Amino acid sequence: MGAYSTISFDAPKCDGCNDCMLACAQAKSGTDEIARSRIEVLKSNGSFELAMCRQCGDPRCVQNCPAAALEKNDATGVIDWDETKCVDCLLCTVGCTYAGIAYDRAAGHVTKCDLCDGDPACVKACKPGALRYVTTARIYNEVGQLEDLFAPGLSGCQGCNTELLMRHTLRRVGPDTVLATPPGCVPGMGSVGYNGQTGTKVPVFHPLLTNTASMLAGVRRFYKRKGRDVTAMALAGDGGTADVGFQSLSGAAERGEEILYITVDNEGYMNTGMQRSGCTPYGAWTSTTPVGERGQGKTQDAKNMPLVMMMHNCAYVATASTGFMEDLYEKLDRAIAASKRGFAYLHVYSPCTTGWRFPSQQNIEVARKAVETNFVVLWEFDPKNGVRLTRPVDHPLPLAEYVTMMGKFRHLSGEQLEHIQASVDKHAAFISRLAGERDAQMIRHLAANRTAA
Amino acid sequence: MQTRYLIAGSSHAALSALHAIRMADADGGVTLVTRDARLPYSPTVLPYVVSGRSDPGRVFLRDEEYFRAHKVDYLPGVALAALRPQDQTAVLADGRTVCYEKLLLATGATPVIPTVEGLSGVPYHVLRTLDDAVGLHQAMSGVREALVLGGGLIGMHAAENLARTGAKVTVIEAEAHVLSAYFDADASGIIEAAFSANGVDLHLASRAVSASRDERGRIRLTLGNGHSPAGDLLLVATGVAPAIGYVNGCGIQCDQGILVDERMRTSADDVWAAGDVAQARDFFGNARVLNGILPDAVEQGRIAGMQMAGDQAAKDYAGGVPLNTYSFFGKQALSVGTDGRGFADAEVHKSFDPQTGRYLKIVMREDRLLGIFSIDRWIDAGVMWELILRRTDLGPVKAQFLADPQRAARVLMSKTWR
Repeated sequence: MGAYSTISFDAPKCDGCNDCMLACAQAKSGTDEIARSRIEVLKSNGSFELAMCRQCGDPRCVQNCPAAALEKNDATGVIDWDETKCVDCLLCTVGCTYAGIAYDRAAGHVTKCDLCDGDPACVKACKPGALRYVTTARIYNEVGQLEDLFAPGLSGCQGCNTELLMRHTLRRVGPDTVLATPPGCVPGMGSVGYNGQTGTKVPVFHPLLTNTASMLAGVRRFYKRKGRDVTAMALAGDGGTADVGFQSLSGAAERGEEILYITVDNEGYMNTGMQRSGCTPYGAWTSTTPVGERGQGKTQDAKNMPLVMMMHNCAYVATASTGFMEDLYEKLDRAIAASKRGFAYLHVYSPCTTGWRFPSQQNIEVARKAVETNFVVLWEFDPKNGVRLTRPVDHPLPLAEYVTMMGKFRHLSGEQLEHIQASVDKHAAFISRLAGERDAQMIRHLAANRTAA
Repeated sequence: MQTRYLIAGSSHAALSALHAIRMADADGGVTLVTRDARLPYSPTVLPYVVSGRSDPGRVFLRDEEYFRAHKVDYLPGVALAALRPQDQTAVLADGRTVCYEKLLLATGATPVIPTVEGLSGVPYHVLRTLDDAVGLHQAMSGVREALVLGGGLIGMHAAENLARTGAKVTVIEAEAHVLSAYFDADASGIIEAAFSANGVDLHLASRAVSASRDERGRIRLTLGNGHSPAGDLLLVATGVAPAIGYVNGCGIQCDQGILVDERMRTSADDVWAAGDVAQARDFFGNARVLNGILPDAVEQGRIAGMQMAGDQAAKDYAGGVPLNTYSFFGKQALSVGTDGRGFADAEVHKSFDPQTGRYLKIVMREDRLLGIFSIDRWIDAGVMWELILRRTDLGPVKAQFLADPQRAARVLMSKTWR
């Protein structure tokens, strides 16, 4: 049994239009009567509530059926109903605490959601995007089958999400990979190995902080000349990327070297004692931007590394977060493909339990809040399509909800918070402007005019 | 034989326990013994086999492959004969002994035959096994007059099936109303009216005194009310009792059934009981009761199975809530909870529309739902059951709940446990 796709309901996005119910009634009952829909959205005190089949993993309706008419389909995850076996006893409805299976008087039998064979009509009809067909299952079902190419027992700090990132990305990229991990947390937690043995099941090397991209460029060119399709991949920290390794990185990107370069951005040199980097945000405590009588954390804004890389006109540039794995996976797939024709750059925001000082079980929540406050904006770029927001945040949370989660911002004054909020808003507006259709439209317009002339 | 888990029985409680055991313990040896020689099926489906709606070959809840895949030693056609809990040993009807570490008793119920003079001298049917159902289905064809002794679910289903074949049916029920275990007098009255309208002759508050063959070879019952209806076919459906003969003298405490605690444990170590055999706590009071309904068997079996396998997520049994669903002549009757008997301060809200035949009764106490009953008016029984179990405060939405319980309950569900 694997994981399955499911319909998710984001109530704040619902506007109560009932199009989902109409679409369901039409698709499943051939009528416009929304009372015969198998999904019901209920308005209550200005909010919206939902009743529908959850396709439970351990369904009580199935166990309650005396006629073996209900069955959890192992392949699709749908609880299938067999009309030829059903005896209309209604005992399934007693077992369901979600009102997911109910009697349809006009049909003369119980009805329930069957996910429309994987293409739910209600989701397609939902204009505000409150209903989504969530396919997280792909990560579990597909990637779960791929080989984990890191050794067991990586020695990261408790609660570190970098191990998650390392195992997931290398699994997806696959065994035909040469991996570079310049000094930082990634080799620090054991990827380069000990005593002559590597921590990976693929060739891994430990370049200097300064030459990661140039060494990888050579590796990729070598294998290409030998006729082997090998992914040249870097897992580097933000310091090794934005500061020390920038010269070689910029050069490789400008030359269009076929490299998959992944930055694990924990906003500082966390492995060596939490010193500031070019990616450390304004106001943040680090061991070199201390907080005391005079200092109140970093006094400069962070360098926006992914935007810098975008301006190199790389084959692919994207930001990602371990708080949104589906988004990360989609970008990883596109980055891998792009790395076969040019430079692909993936910038992953990676909260650091130790250096940022928050409880070890909070990592994913911190990552999620960063996106929900627009502190981190998830977007992608390729030269043909320009910038696209992959997870636009329509109603961002106040930044205070993010910065109060961790110790490195504990000292922030109201003015400092205002400064960061202003930077966040400005950055979000800037990316949104980049993501507007206008550039792409203009370029097409110009191209069309040229052809006409 | 030796096994880690021994399960006696093969219907809902047993299968639910097996499922729960395998969720927590993928490999521990399981042996399942059952007196029925067939693959597992539900007694609840039998009326539909009688009516011909269900193909007796397609009603099985599990197949051989299921038991193979779940590593279960499945022994059909072997009843439990005796128990020696002090030795953790069960004796089977074929003389074999099984040493177990954990034992579940889920052997279900068998029909109770009332004391009626001459009954043993006339042919009659009961309905508890698949063979009974196939036999009754075959016997029904050509029957012009039929007698049904007992106005419970089995009796009423059979009466409807017989009436639909065109037979003249007489139902004899000892209580003042049919289905009195689940429905109040008003709801039962609606059900009775539907049967009368379809030509079924109901003798309520009547008992059969004697049975005999009349001069034309028909079966004739003499009733306490002086009537003496006759028929070509007699179904005795006056209730069931736990099938627990094997516990005699073994020391396990019994009353009407096997007494169990809130974790379905019997008085003997490492022995659990669930389903129709289990006399477990009542949700609405302190007594321990038999609650022989399918959804409760599933719940009890699950709790027992989780306990047997040491599942950390195991929770206590909340207590039995009477509930049922019943379809008759195209109408749907639903009952969840208690009608307020035993609660002096219960408030009852009733509505009945004679035009549409729709009936709704809501019983509340201190703004909590005690029970809800309906005919031809849809309510989500599972959601209502959960509201009762959670003792959800309906105070803030009482007006909405009384006006449209289904909608109000769905909103509460979505807000509370979705």
